[in-house]
Amino acid sequence: MADAAVSQQAPSAALKGARINDFVVKFANVNGSGSASANGMFARSVMRMGVPVAARNIFPSNIQGLPTWYEVRITEAGHLGRRGGVDLMVAMNPQTWDRDIAEIEPGGFLFYDSTKAMPPQKFRDDITVIGVPLTAMCNEAYELPRERQLFKNIIYVGALAGLLGIEPEAVESLIRDDFAGKDRLIKANFEALHMGYGYVRDHLKPLPLQVRRADAVGDRIYVEGNQAAALGAVYGGATVCAWYPITPSTSLAEAFTGYCQDLRVDPQTGKARYAIIQGEDEIASIGMVVGAGWNGCRAFTATSGPGVSLMTEFIGLSYFAEIPAVIFDVQRGGPSTGMPTRTQQADLLAAAYSGHGDTKHPMLLPADPGECFEMGALAFDLADRLQTTVFVMLDLDIGMNEWLTRPFQWDDSRRMDRGKVMTAEELEAGADFGRYKEVDGDGIPYRTYPGTHPTKGGYFTRGTSRNPYARYSEEGAVYVDNMERLLRKFETAKALVPAPILRSAQGKGGGGKTRDGVIYFGSTAPAMHEALDMLEAQGRRLNALRVRGFPFADAVTDFIAAHDRVFLVEQNRDAQLRTLIMTEGDVDPARLVSILHYDGTPITARFIAGAIAQRMAQGHTDAGHIEAAE
Amino acid sequence: MTYILKPQLHHPALAKNSLGYTRRDYEGSVSTLCAGCGHDSISASIIQACFELELPPHRVAKLSGIGCSSKTPDYFLGNSHGFNTVHGRMPSVLTGANLANRDLIYLGVSGDGDSASIGLGQFAHAIRRGVNMLYIVENNGVYGLTKGQFSATSDKGSKSKRGVVNTDAGIDMVSLALQMGATFVGRSFSGDKDQLVPLIKAGLAHKGAAFIDCVSPCVQFNNHTGSTKSFDYVREHNEAVNRLDVITPRDEIRVDYKPGETVKVQQHDGSILSLHKLNDLYNPASRAQALGYLQARQARGQIVTGLLFVDPNAGDLHDAVGTVETPLNALGEAELVPGAGALERINAALR
Repeated sequence: MADAAVSQQAPSAALKGARINDFVVKFANVNGSGSASANGMFARSVMRMGVPVAARNIFPSNIQGLPTWYEVRITEAGHLGRRGGVDLMVAMNPQTWDRDIAEIEPGGFLFYDSTKAMPPQKFRDDITVIGVPLTAMCNEAYELPRERQLFKNIIYVGALAGLLGIEPEAVESLIRDDFAGKDRLIKANFEALHMGYGYVRDHLKPLPLQVRRADAVGDRIYVEGNQAAALGAVYGGATVCAWYPITPSTSLAEAFTGYCQDLRVDPQTGKARYAIIQGEDEIASIGMVVGAGWNGCRAFTATSGPGVSLMTEFIGLSYFAEIPAVIFDVQRGGPSTGMPTRTQQADLLAAAYSGHGDTKHPMLLPADPGECFEMGALAFDLADRLQTTVFVMLDLDIGMNEWLTRPFQWDDSRRMDRGKVMTAEELEAGADFGRYKEVDGDGIPYRTYPGTHPTKGGYFTRGTSRNPYARYSEEGAVYVDNMERLLRKFETAKALVPAPILRSAQGKGGGGKTRDGVIYFGSTAPAMHEALDMLEAQGRRLNALRVRGFPFADAVTDFIAAHDRVFLVEQNRDAQLRTLIMTEGDVDPARLVSILHYDGTPITARFIAGAIAQRMAQGHTDAGHIEAAE
Repeated sequence: MTYILKPQLHHPALAKNSLGYTRRDYEGSVSTLCAGCGHDSISASIIQACFELELPPHRVAKLSGIGCSSKTPDYFLGNSHGFNTVHGRMPSVLTGANLANRDLIYLGVSGDGDSASIGLGQFAHAIRRGVNMLYIVENNGVYGLTKGQFSATSDKGSKSKRGVVNTDAGIDMVSLALQMGATFVGRSFSGDKDQLVPLIKAGLAHKGAAFIDCVSPCVQFNNHTGSTKSFDYVREHNEAVNRLDVITPRDEIRVDYKPGETVKVQQHDGSILSLHKLNDLYNPASRAQALGYLQARQARGQIVTGLLFVDPNAGDLHDAVGTVETPLNALGEAELVPGAGALERINAALR
């Protein structure tokens, strides 16, 4: 198909049967070319028109020159997961041309830089091709190579605005906000934007994929999970952050730094009410967290799977010596270096049982940036209350992509729960202090901060076995008593971690009446919700339970017992949630059917719905796995 | 092994310091190390130094790693909080503890295996960050607790009790600490209390990263002919560069007028280090000279002891990070939680 033919498409055909506010645009770029900010501007301009978007970066572990993609789902219905499939491909990277063209839905659209004409065999018969001579336009308008490259991105944003019905004013308002105070840049970006927009007006017709002003965004905010979790740590009262750079967690520590500089500076002295240390490695980072936690601070580190492995010895110490610590694990594709810039939920087991000997640790499982904020703050209360390491399990999809999420909320009457800390006054009054002594039947002992009292409450903390008064002991019975108490403490944690959320089946037969269930967690949530809608439209009804914390509430085993078959949807190869549920609860493994997606891209609604529908059509209930690769 | 408590009965005539504490109040439980262990002498010197400095025992936090030396914090300052961490990682735990409460005095106790082998990285980084602490390595050049393997400070050519010759170069912790930017560096010998107690006092009073390498012969595995860390070898090859007195602000300041023989150094807390020079060439104010002097003497087989370098105006990690004066662990909601109003502004900027 030649460009000229496309450019001459009949005006009347353009908008007939147009899809309004419901399609997927994917940008294929070369990383380091400045495309990220332009693509982000495209997504946010759609939101300025009141239409929700779900945008995801699929990027390489590289600074410049490798392929990178940015997928924008425009969804007035508010489906914030990935749908699967692409309606409009913006193909700006010759390296990936063939696979990018192949990904377009039949009847879909291709947008490309037509400065150098592509031979017809490089296209497909069942798609519509739109060419804009971006390079030629840039070369004519700009002298400097850097300007040519950067403004090419803005020109295509302008052209897409013209093709998709995005109001140029929406993009302009964003440019004004982003470059506030830099009038020269605002003017230059406006010119590039209108260069693209004007070209489409003069040479092309709008596509039958259209953005129309709506009121579906509401008061929601658009933010990365890492940023939200970092803000949660600020509100949770964290004062010490020790970390080591590792994708995809780095932006969490950096966001914490930024928020602290804004919100945590003593107005009188200009001094910091926080300390952030970039450690020499993950071991030192968690060591500092443990030291600060022992000394009465709220402290955390942010890392990913390889970092958790390195921290393992200290995590075991924190469990046994009972020292509060918070670890944000932003999961990526493993094992080993794995796929460092791709997403997975594959650290569940490594985190839950991190350590040597018998250990287990509470985990919080946020599903969106809103929960990253809430659980980011809650983790510090739980760590202090339970005197142990608490994991907040993000993944790259939530952590490094901006998500539309409900606004952050805070109750000013909320107080930090510092847990059981004995004060100098209580010690002076003669309280019997035994650092590892069961007092209240919940497995949680009292602790003292170093320096509390001149003669009472001092003790020697160690990872070795000791009696309830913290004195060294290798007596078998003393050791067992202590380990049993730690188990009671873990039982206490059940009621403290966020409870699972039930979404009952809808439609005929009344709410909840079905023998099929599904359990899911974390970033799978939005795609899962859309898949449930798709399945219900096919008459396949499932009750759904979103797990939000570990140890699991009894509601999880009850849910499994109440269904003949429960699908477990997760983003790893080995069905780690299934293993955890089977290990920790008294459940019938034969009822558990795993649906697994682990190719490194965020799971899609189409994949989940397809895999579950296939299983339900087979009609049998034996356990087994349905694995990824769409 | 069981935990041994000392009798609580104190002799009424025991001398008390101005806080009303006797020397016994700075002791810990009975040592479980081998009889004659150099480490016990170091513990005794720590007790003496804290008693003389009149430190409230609970204002000291003592941290250690794993090994014979790391067990010793149980044997002194029984009313202080102590933390026996994991092998080679005490420096990071001490750093975190220090960040949490800048008002306590931090004493890190480690060994040559703990700090020069498994923990060399953490040792170096804690020093280069300028963590305000006194870090003592009880250096016996051998793994005692696992029965006699070479450590990274064993000298090349030294012989183990079983007759094995060490072929790896030894790490000199003092040179390393100087290179990493320690602002107080000394070396002493467990058998020389007169030198060690003032060094520990000065190190505890120093603001910044203070390091003492204390050669401490292992009576079981490294106190034989052929060892460069035996009592006999150290006594014969000890080259002391100075003798130190520490005059705290509470003491009457004595002035020694003999020029050329003493150097006085005032530290941040007002304490005065009075250095009686034994060697006229030696100037503890120069990091570069300290390094050169150490190497020259090392080449002659001599172990240089004394206060080798001090920067009395050193800063620490809190200065670098710019933290508030109030310990971070004493800040509450009012100082830490920005509140709903600030959150609404953050929300607005994310729309």
